[in-house]
Amino acid sequence: MTSGVRRGHLSEPRLVRWAITTVALAFVALFLVVPLVAVFAEAFSKGFDAYRSAIVEPDALAALRLTLLAAAIAVPLNVLFGLAAGWAVGKFQFRGRQLLLTLIDLPFAVSPVISGLVFVLLFGRQGWFGPWMIDHGFQVVFAVPGIVLATIFVSFPFVAREVIPIMEAIGTEEEEAARVLGAGGLQLFLRVTLPNIKWALLYGVILANARAMGEFGAVSVVSGHIRGLTNTLPLHVEILYNEYNAQAAFAVASLLGCLAIVTLVLKAVVETRVQGATRTMGAPAAEVMGWESKSAV
Amino acid sequence: MGIEVRGLSKRFGQFQALKDVSLGVASGELVALLGPSGSGKTTLLRIIAGLDAADAGSVILEGEDATDRNARDRRVGFVFQHYALFRHMSVFENVAFGLRVRPRATRPDEADIRRRVKQLLELVQLDFMADRRPSELSGGQRQRVALARALAVEPKVLLLDEPFGALDARVRQELRRWLRRLHDDIHLTSVFVTHDQEEALELADRVAVMNHGVIEQEGTPEDVVERPATPFVISFLGTVNIFHGRVEGGRGIFGPLAVEYPVHADPQPRTAAAYTRPHEFDVSKSETGSGLWAVLEEIVAAGAMVRLELAGAHGGLIHAELGRDQFDRLSVQPGDRLYVTPRKVRVFVENP
Repeated sequence: MTSGVRRGHLSEPRLVRWAITTVALAFVALFLVVPLVAVFAEAFSKGFDAYRSAIVEPDALAALRLTLLAAAIAVPLNVLFGLAAGWAVGKFQFRGRQLLLTLIDLPFAVSPVISGLVFVLLFGRQGWFGPWMIDHGFQVVFAVPGIVLATIFVSFPFVAREVIPIMEAIGTEEEEAARVLGAGGLQLFLRVTLPNIKWALLYGVILANARAMGEFGAVSVVSGHIRGLTNTLPLHVEILYNEYNAQAAFAVASLLGCLAIVTLVLKAVVETRVQGATRTMGAPAAEVMGWESKSAV
Repeated sequence: MGIEVRGLSKRFGQFQALKDVSLGVASGELVALLGPSGSGKTTLLRIIAGLDAADAGSVILEGEDATDRNARDRRVGFVFQHYALFRHMSVFENVAFGLRVRPRATRPDEADIRRRVKQLLELVQLDFMADRRPSELSGGQRQRVALARALAVEPKVLLLDEPFGALDARVRQELRRWLRRLHDDIHLTSVFVTHDQEEALELADRVAVMNHGVIEQEGTPEDVVERPATPFVISFLGTVNIFHGRVEGGRGIFGPLAVEYPVHADPQPRTAAAYTRPHEFDVSKSETGSGLWAVLEEIVAAGAMVRLELAGAHGGLIHAELGRDQFDRLSVQPGDRLYVTPRKVRVFVENP
C-alpha cells in the first residue's frame, strides 16, 4: 500500500488512533444520535396519524407560529446589531472597544433563566417600568413582546461574534479604495463590505436562528405558559410532557429536531465557504514570470 | 499647478505627523515623497486623496480648492501598498468598479465599460487575466490591476502609496521602469511615496525628502544628491562619513580634518559637522596634505565598487569606496596604513 515507505514514526501507533476514534464516535452516538432517534421513534410510536394530529393541533400550531415570529423579529435585529458592532469594532479604534467586545458575550455568560428574570424585574407587574407600561396598555411580561425580548437577548451575540473577526482581518483598505473610486456609502456597503463578510454573516444567522427557536429558559420565565398564546415550541413540548402525553410531546419535539438537522447541514455547508473566504485573503500566488518578456516589447 | 498643498498640519493624539507642510506639483509631473517611516509622507498622500483630514491647511487640485471635498468627489486615483483589490471580484470587475458606481447620468453603458476596461487591461498588459480573481495573481500583477483600476476613473492626479513596497527586488525594478514609461506616455500628475531612495531618484522628476513631519528639501534628484540642504538629507540618501568639530574665523576644524569655510568668518566658534560620501575620498599609501590617516580593517570587494572600512586615527570609522581598477593599483591589505583625502566636504553648522 505505502510501497515500503514507513510512516509509523510520523504519528501515534495505529491501536491508539483506533481507540481514540472509537471513544469519540461512541460518545457522539450515545449522546447525540441515540436521543435523536429516540425522539423520532417515540413521535411515531402511535402511527403517522397520531403524529400528524399532534402537530396540527391548534395549540401546537400557535406555538409554532409564535416561535417563528420571535425568530423572525430577533434574527434580523441580530443581523443589524451584529453588522453595526462588527463595523465599529473591526474598522475603528475607540474608547470602550474592549468593553463592548466583553459585553457582547454577556448573554453567553449569564444563565438564560436569570436573563428572563431580569425582564420580569424590569417589565413585570411589580417591576421598574412594568406598571407604567401596563397603564398605557402595553404588556410585556406574560405576553408576546416579552418572549420576543428574551429571544433577542439570548441570541444577541451570534452574528456579532462571527462578523467581528472577519471584519477585523479584512481591514479598511478595500473600503478606502472604493471611496476614492467614487462609491457612495450604500454602494460601498453592498458592493464591497457585504460580499466580503456574507458567509460569516450567514453562519451567524444560522446559529442565531437555532438559538432563537430552541431557547427554553429565558422564554419560560417571561411566558406565563398561556396555551395558544404565549407558548413557544419548546414550552409546548414541556407542557405536553408534563401532561403525560409523551407521544405528542415527542411529535412536536421532532419539529425542533428537524430544525436542528437542517441547521447542522447548513452550518457545515457555510463553514466550508467561510474557510474558503478566509483562505483567499493571504498568501500571494507565485510571481508569474512571462510578463517580463512582454513588457520588454 | 496640478497639486498644491498649503500649510498642512496633522496630529494623531500626541504624535505630530505633519507640521505646516507646503508642496507644489506641476501638472504632468511625477514627484516622490521620500522619507523614513513615521516621517509623514503617507499621511500627506492620504490627505491629498481625502482619506484623512488635515487639522489645518488646504489642498488645491487643478486649481480648485478640494480641502472640504469628500474623497469620492476628488477624482484622484489611489494605489495602495497592499493593492486593496476587491477580493471577491474578478480582475475585470475590479477595474470596472469606478465606472459602475457612477451616478446613472454619467455612467457609461455596458459596451462602453467593456471597451474601456479592456483598453486599460491592455495598457497594464493583463488583458488575458480579466476573468481571474486577485488571489490568483502575483504581486506585480495585482499592483498593475490596482493601477488600471485607479486609472479607470480618469483621475486628475494619481497617488501611489509605496507602490512597489510589497514586491521582491526584481519585480520592483521591472515595474518601476514600466511605470516611468507609462508616465511618459500619459503625463498624469503623479505623487508616489517611498522609503527607497534609489526608487525615488530613478523614477521621479522631483523629490521631496521628508522627516519628522516636515519637508527637509525639495528638488530634482540631482539637487538632493549633489546639493543636500540639511544633514538629514545627506544622511538619508546613502552612506556618509561624519566628522564632528567646529567652524571659526572662516575655517572648519573637524578632528584631523581642516577645511576653508568662508561662510562663517566670525571668530566665535560654532559646533558643526563635515560630511563626505565614501566615493568622494582619495586613498593613497603615501602621506598627503589632509593629515587624515587610518588603518585598513576590512575590504568588501563584491560589486563594481570596492568598499573599504578603515579605523581612523581620530578614533572614528571611515567608509571609503574605490573603483576596482583604482583598488587594484593601490594593492593594499587589511592592517595597512592609508592616507585619506576628501575631494568634497559639505559642512553643516548646528543651530544654536
